This record gives sequence, structure tokens and C-alpha cells, in this order.
Amino acid sequence: MSRIRDTFAELKRSGRGGFIPFITAGDPDLATSELLLIELAAAGADIIELGVPFSDPVADGEVIQRASERALRNGVTLQDALTCVARAKQQIDVPVVLFSYFNPLLQFGRERLANEAKQAGVDAVLVTDLIPEEAQAWTETLQQHELDPIFLVAPTTSGERLVRIAQQARGFIYAVSRAGVTGARDEMTHDAETLVRRVRMVSDLPVAVGFGVSTAEHLREVWRFADAAVVGSAIVREIERLKTAPDLVQRVGKFAKSLLATT
Amino acid sequence: MQRSTITASEPDEDGHWGQFGGRYVPETLVAPLDELTKEFTRARHDADFWCELDQRLRDYCGRPTPLFHAQRLTAHAGGAQIYLKREDLSHTGSHKINNAMGQALLARRMGKRRIIAETGAGQHGVATATVCAMFGLQCIIYMGAEDMRRQALNVFRMRLLGAEVVAVNAGARTLKDAINEALRDWVTNVHDTYYLLGSALGPHPYPLMVREFQRVIGREAREQILSATGHLPRALIACVGGGSNSIGLFHPFIGDQSVRLIGVEAGGRADSLGEHAARFHTSVASGGGRIGVLQGTMSYVLQNDTGQIATTHSISAGLDYAAIGPEHAFLHDSGRAEYICASDAEALEGFTLCAELEGIIPALESSHAIIPAVRIACELPQSDAIIVNLSGRGDKDVQLVAELYVT
Ligand SMILES: Cc1ncc(COP(=O)(O)O)c(C=O)c1O
Repeated sequence: MSRIRDTFAELKRSGRGGFIPFITAGDPDLATSELLLIELAAAGADIIELGVPFSDPVADGEVIQRASERALRNGVTLQDALTCVARAKQQIDVPVVLFSYFNPLLQFGRERLANEAKQAGVDAVLVTDLIPEEAQAWTETLQQHELDPIFLVAPTTSGERLVRIAQQARGFIYAVSRAGVTGARDEMTHDAETLVRRVRMVSDLPVAVGFGVSTAEHLREVWRFADAAVVGSAIVREIERLKTAPDLVQRVGKFAKSLLATT
Repeated sequence: MQRSTITASEPDEDGHWGQFGGRYVPETLVAPLDELTKEFTRARHDADFWCELDQRLRDYCGRPTPLFHAQRLTAHAGGAQIYLKREDLSHTGSHKINNAMGQALLARRMGKRRIIAETGAGQHGVATATVCAMFGLQCIIYMGAEDMRRQALNVFRMRLLGAEVVAVNAGARTLKDAINEALRDWVTNVHDTYYLLGSALGPHPYPLMVREFQRVIGREAREQILSATGHLPRALIACVGGGSNSIGLFHPFIGDQSVRLIGVEAGGRADSLGEHAARFHTSVASGGGRIGVLQGTMSYVLQNDTGQIATTHSISAGLDYAAIGPEHAFLHDSGRAEYICASDAEALEGFTLCAELEGIIPALESSHAIIPAVRIACELPQSDAIIVNLSGRGDKDVQLVAELYVT
């Protein structure tokens, strides 16, 4: 059974919108990332995305680029990210999505990744620069190991491709709220709602909206039409701001809770 | 590796040459890449399009470029006749304008008025700024801060031509970082922006499209050498950054099995990872190129063993890049083309040799092909001929070389 499917089923039963925070593995260091996974789970995360740092993150804005740089300066690898998940998972039960660019996975090896990710307790894998047309072999291997392949859809995605993506996707569909790179924004666009409506017409999978979601108001706005909201840069920015603070973990947890506050 | 008998090099419908090429991009870019593929495919089969392109290449860029018999270089080598394909004589001083002109015509057909591009040596940036000035299009060029320093003359040229040059301060501040920024711009401004990529790199259809626009080099050279010597050359030699001037020269000769295709990569200043840009340099000791994915395409990529892309070094900004165009990866693995490298020192030697013996100052990129060409010519009889692609002129590099010789 997919843990992610269960999570969304539970959200639906309770009539709640899901909260999916993102952090980069090894930012500011691996031990802290492990604690952050645990803290974010306690703060109310329904699913957590863990980013694998990469030297050339073309889909990311400056905040997540800098997080990647900090992690790489610490020598953090995909293997380290998996270890981080394995250790955190001894204490938490929240599903974890491994979020990566393709090349580190390719070098690690397909079978090996599926094996070791599953063993570490990873629930799903999202590869930013791997579109379904190039992903066939990876999708199959991941599914053989009961890992959900998550795919992105964007406002520019054609209707025909939405269908194809929906066929290969499992777990949930990640709708990119606008054309652009990751990064916090003051305003949410209307593109996201239109896109989610288009996805609903071709798929029964839950839909999460990300890119630019950064305040409690944004979350409530997204929950009106989507099943979950992903918050990346806004959290990573907090980590960056607090990176030398002794109580970084608690304060990031507090920030996450503030996003979920109802007033 | 087995010597191959491939006689053609065409990608499949999705831009794969075997396992190489394809499209590894964020989802947002799939739609504009599809749109571009459609428009390019239409143009490719449209005689009027090629007619207009040919006319502009002739009247504006000065094509065909000459094939020059370099007699003193030939005498120096003491073997085969050395011919230079004079891309340095085309407008803006390099082969880059062939592709910039072709893509600008496409952008116009698509109604896109905001053009973005990356540049390393600045030659592609200058070519793009030039065609944008001529067509009245907005032009934004991304360039690594280190490349802006070492190719300052070209930065000034681009600004004179009305382009906005944006400094990129990420990574090693060279070509790869400029491409990342250009891709981020494109993802953000897909609706009105045309990305005019400068080499045979990136996601489909760029490697195929850029090659098609650069094939004019090889088509002309083939005709010119046949009329000059009556037979095919024994070898073609070209420097390989992303791989556009080389694939443009090689491609019309791929079916001619007697013609050796030799690409020259940047050997840099040492063998270790980070000190060169020789992607086919696969020896384990030097931590070299392996098959990987960078900036939209699968090819040979310089990287560490966990898949982080390596920094590179070359004296020439135009060859200083961690990946090589996917068609070259295919030609390499099939054995149809050979790839060697020339060090910074050999490039400088080629630079001065060509200046002193032929009165031609080549770009530092093109200079990489000179010493290997002399070596190859020397092993062949005088009745044979070889062609070196002189992809660009060296004005932009004179300052840098002067500083090297002073200190
Ligand atoms: C004169 C010249 N030759 C060669 C190159 C390398 O590019 P490519 O391998 O695409 O021809 C450049 C790139 O800037 C250049 O300016």
C-alpha cells in the first residue's frame, strides 16, 4: 500500500488540506536536516520533501540554489540524504518524497537507488528534470520497489501531455503554480487554480500545488482548490536566516506551525 | 573501440542519437520546446526559409567563407596539404553567426520579440546581439563574470550592439553557469521569449537545429576541397566546445568513410578533474567524463563520482564547458569520429604559429586545432589534404595573450 495514498485518503476524510514542507538535505548540515524532518513532522507536516543538493539546479531560484551550495560545501551526497531519511524514520512516520535532479540518481544507479531508497523509508521520488517521455525505465523500477514516481505538471503543459503524465504518475500530481523557478512570492497567481481544474478532468490522483506558496494565506488559498500545498523557499529562507542560531530547529518548527495557524 | 561503418547520423523523433540527447528539462519547458521543434521542422522543409537564410548569409555575413591553402603551415608540417576553412572571415568573426541568423529567422516566424542567449567566449553573444540589432529584437545575454573579465572586448561589442549583458556570478562563473541562468530566464518568461542557444547542446531540438544551421560550413568545404584538389580530404580537424563548429564541418562528410573526423577538446593545464575540459578523457585516474545529464541532454559529462558536475578549465572561454553535444557522444562511441585534446600551452603555440606563418590570428578556441593538425599532416603524404576549421578570429584574445606574455 502506498503511504502517500493513505495520507491523502485520511486528509480527505478529515476535510483538511495537506501541508508539504521542503528542505534540502545537508542544509545547514546533515544532523540538523534529520532533526528538521522530525520537527516538521511534529509541526503538522503531512508529507515532507527532501531535496538532494545538485551543482546545477536550473529549476530553482536563488534561495534553494544557495541551500544546495551550502549542502555541497559540506560534501553532502545522495547517499547521505538517504541515511538522513533512514535515521529520521526511526522516529517519524510521515511519508517522505525524495526530490532530486536526474544526474545524481543516474550515477547512483536505478536499481540501487530504488533498493536503498525503499530501505531508508523513502515513499516517493520526484525528479525535477525527468519528464515522463524519458522516465519509463525509472518509473517501472521505482514501482517494482513500491516507490511512487511523482511528476510535475505546469501551466504550459498541454492537455495531451496531462493525460500521459497522469498515466505514469502515482501518489499525487505536483502542479507547478506558475511558469518560473522556485521562490517565495507575495502573490499567488490564478494559473494554479486553472491548472488543478485541468488535472482533475484527467486524473483521480490528489493534486499538490507548489512554487511560490509562502504564507498562511497562500496555504488557505491553495486548499480551496487543491489537496495539498508545498512550501519550499519560504522554509529554506528561514533555515538560511537562522543557520547559526542554536535553536534553529525549534524556530523553523514554529514557523511551520505559523503557516498552519487558522487566523 | 571498434571502427564503425556508420554512414549517417540522424536522431530519432525525440532527438536521441542512441542513448544520447533527448530532453531532460523542467516540465514548464516542454511546451516551448515542442513549439520550437514544430516550427523548426516546418522551416527545415520550407525552401523559402532556406532561400532567405542563404541570401542573408551571403549578403550580410559574407558567405561562402574561403577555403585557404595554408602553404607555409603545410611546409612547416612537411606532409599533407593543410587547408583552413576561414570562418574567422564571416561577419562578427566566427561561425556562431550561421546559427544565430538561422534561429533569429525562426524566432521571427514564431513572433517572439525578446531574445535571450548565453555566451562563453562572447562570440555567440556578439552574433546574437548582431542579428537582434538587424531585426530590431530585444536582446539579453547571460555571461559568466569570469568570462566577462577574460573576453572584455566582446562584452563591449555586445553593448555597442544594443544588447543587455547580464553577469552571472554562480559556480565558476563561466559558460555552464551562463546557460543555467538563461534556462531560468526562459522558464520564467516562456510566453514571449526565444532562447537562442549557441552550440549543439541542450534539449531537443537544439543539438539537431544548431547542427543544421552549421552544416553550411561542411557543405561549402566539401565543394571547395573537391574543386581545389579533385579529391576528398584525408581528415577534418576542429575544436570542440559544445560542438557546433565541428559538427557543422563533419556532418556532410559522415558518409565518406575515407575521411577521418577529428575533434579537439581543451586539455587545459593538467590531467586532473577541474583542470581541463576534455569530456572524452575517461581515464579513471584523471576523474574524467562519464555519461550523464547536464542542461537538458544526455552525453559525456565531467563530474565527480556522486554526479555533481565538475568545474572545468581552459585558456579559451569557448571550450570551457563540462559537457559535449550529444551527437559527438554518439560519433565517439560508434567510432566514426576521434577526439583528442590540446593543452593550454599547445593552443598558445598554435595561436602564434598560425599568426607568424600565415598572417592569421585565430581565436584561442580554434588555436587548439592547429598543433594537432600539424602533427596529423606530418604523418600523411604530400598528395593528401586535410582541412582545419578556423572557427573564429583572435582579436578578442589578443589582450589576454599579451598579458600572459608580459607576466
Ligand atoms: C571561435 C570559436 N570557436 C569555437 C567555439 C566553441 O564552440 P563550438 O564547439 O560550439 O563550436 C567558440 C565558442 O565560443 C568560439 O567562439
